[in-house]
Amino acid sequence: MAALPRLDLSWSRVFAVFLKELVQMRRDRPTFAIMILMPVIQLILFGYAINTDPRHLPAVVEMREDGPMTRAFLASLHASTFVDIVAVAHTAEEGEAMLRSGQASYLISIPEGFERRLLRGERPQILIAADASDPVAATGALGAIERIARSAFVPEFTGPLAYLAQGPPPYEIVIHRLYNPAGVSAFNIVPALLGVILTMTMVMITSIALTRETERGTMENLLATPVRPIEVMIGKTTPYIGVGAIQVAIVLITSTALFRIPFTGSLPAFLIAVTLFILANLMLGYLISTLARTQMQAMQMTFFVFLPSILLSGFMFPFKAMPGWAQAIGECLPITHFLRIIREIVLKSAGFADIVGDLWPLTLITLALAALALVRFRRTLD
Amino acid sequence: MSDEIVIDVRGLTKSYGGRKVVDDFDLKVPRGAIYGFLGPNGSGKTTTIRMVCGLLKPESGAGEVLGFDVLRESLKIKERVGYMTQKFSLYEDLSIRENLDFIARLYGLDRRAERLDRALAELGLSERQEQLAGKLSGGWKQRLALAACMIHEPELLLLDEPTAGVDPKARRDFWDRIRQYASQGVTTLVSTHYMDEAVQCDAIAYIAYGKKLIDAPTAQIPGRIGLHAWRMAGHPLHPAELMLKDAPGVELVARFGAEIHACGKDAAALERAVRRVQDAQPQLSAAPIEAGFEEIFIYLMSGAMDNFQ
Repeated sequence: MAALPRLDLSWSRVFAVFLKELVQMRRDRPTFAIMILMPVIQLILFGYAINTDPRHLPAVVEMREDGPMTRAFLASLHASTFVDIVAVAHTAEEGEAMLRSGQASYLISIPEGFERRLLRGERPQILIAADASDPVAATGALGAIERIARSAFVPEFTGPLAYLAQGPPPYEIVIHRLYNPAGVSAFNIVPALLGVILTMTMVMITSIALTRETERGTMENLLATPVRPIEVMIGKTTPYIGVGAIQVAIVLITSTALFRIPFTGSLPAFLIAVTLFILANLMLGYLISTLARTQMQAMQMTFFVFLPSILLSGFMFPFKAMPGWAQAIGECLPITHFLRIIREIVLKSAGFADIVGDLWPLTLITLALAALALVRFRRTLD
Repeated sequence: MSDEIVIDVRGLTKSYGGRKVVDDFDLKVPRGAIYGFLGPNGSGKTTTIRMVCGLLKPESGAGEVLGFDVLRESLKIKERVGYMTQKFSLYEDLSIRENLDFIARLYGLDRRAERLDRALAELGLSERQEQLAGKLSGGWKQRLALAACMIHEPELLLLDEPTAGVDPKARRDFWDRIRQYASQGVTTLVSTHYMDEAVQCDAIAYIAYGKKLIDAPTAQIPGRIGLHAWRMAGHPLHPAELMLKDAPGVELVARFGAEIHACGKDAAALERAVRRVQDAQPQLSAAPIEAGFEEIFIYLMSGAMDNFQ
């Protein structure tokens, strides 16, 4: 392995570059505005387009039993905007046929003896078969039906039945995803969008860090000073950690306010992960700027990185379903690890210990990118 | 000027795409000298200056600048050299003061505010310090660039065509400043296209097609070239000028107001050519004159020295 450049850096020179970048960023209003507005626009655009809980999906209900509680449940389903009951079937075949033909997106079936077993505490199942060929439609099901069921049954659990309101629900909702078992959860996408937004803005903005100096002719002057490559790298990238932090705040606020994403995991773990992820992207962008000769090339390389970040990271398609070679590429992308981390933290209440398995690859990627960028940095105009 | 040699490079060579842009270039510049670097466009001046300050790596050759190895100690050289690029290379979206402050921080200077105030005042930029560099005219940009490359009080200034596109008044001010620095012991290597600037240099190195052809104290340059000149005056001059341009033995015809100066290195051939013109245009006067700096430099800058050995 080639010797890494010596780290004889002066923090005052780092600070000089940092300060200069900050002033230039402030003067470049349009770019700054884009960096701030982009997360909001993307989130709203993708958040709503991909992600809003699907409403008014046709459902067929298969009622094998008729009692006060099941009737209450049916009434709640009717009242909800989540599903539209298009039919009440009396045989299994009837319901399944409607699902297959696309007349209904869900088949909700309440088995025989539901109420009796409920009262005995046997946790009877409410079966939901979802047409997951539209994965988004399918994924909305679990959360929504759960809510509907709770709102239907809880008022019934009063008086002598009050014991049923204690502990976990006395029934179980079982979802069968038909036609596409690996669905994408609705809450999966909005947190993941944070990863996409950060990748896009951080890589893009740093990818022109050096090419802009070269194209404007200021590189010649910069190289004529005693500034070291590592000082340029740190000084040029750190201002964008701040920009990244603003974007993170915007995405978090928007996603909680608009999409009611629960944030249940450890905040410190999240902050460590997101900082590391921002750094990884800044280094990736900076590496591009040491490779590209012009800003145009830098943009093209950014998109070259951006596409696999969306397609091979598990953002768009289930990671485990990809062929081995695609997974190998995905493992090298910072966003793959970040997506796993953020889904763990935001959706599964994960803490620091749960995400270590993805933190160290992220650290490794960051260091490798930084080292590569330093080796690639052209100290001369050759 | 002293005996101490500040730039001592030997055999510097650099090629692009198989073409030698700088070929086996030697240069010795003593401390405190103003060394002029002349040559037609594309002759390799910028490449040479960049190799001297460590911005380009020579393919072969060696040397020391301020006692430091050109190949291995370029960081030490950069700390002590002020390099002014041919094209304005400071930040157009930073103000004058921000630009200088940035450079001062990169050189790790103490008492920055004080130094900046002094540099701004010296260059007459105090009033405009908050103005964006991109909004400045050519002359002011050049002042700013000079201030930036002087802010760390370098021992050696490398100026690459610093006055290109600058008005005569600003050029005079600029040279006054360079001479003032020289008197304080600062060495200057300056490339230029202007003969009025070239004559202000203590010594001149002339380069064409990557090869150094002349390197001598300025006063000795005319003698080195051995250029002979004739003056013709009268009316009309234009036909004579055209005849002289094509005549054998005449290497340069330059118009100076109401007279033309014909120059060449072969005295006899030059005289024959002038006489022939006079035979055809007897109303013109013709007399041999001493070839002055002006003729010499027009001759040099026109690239007529290409085949000079």
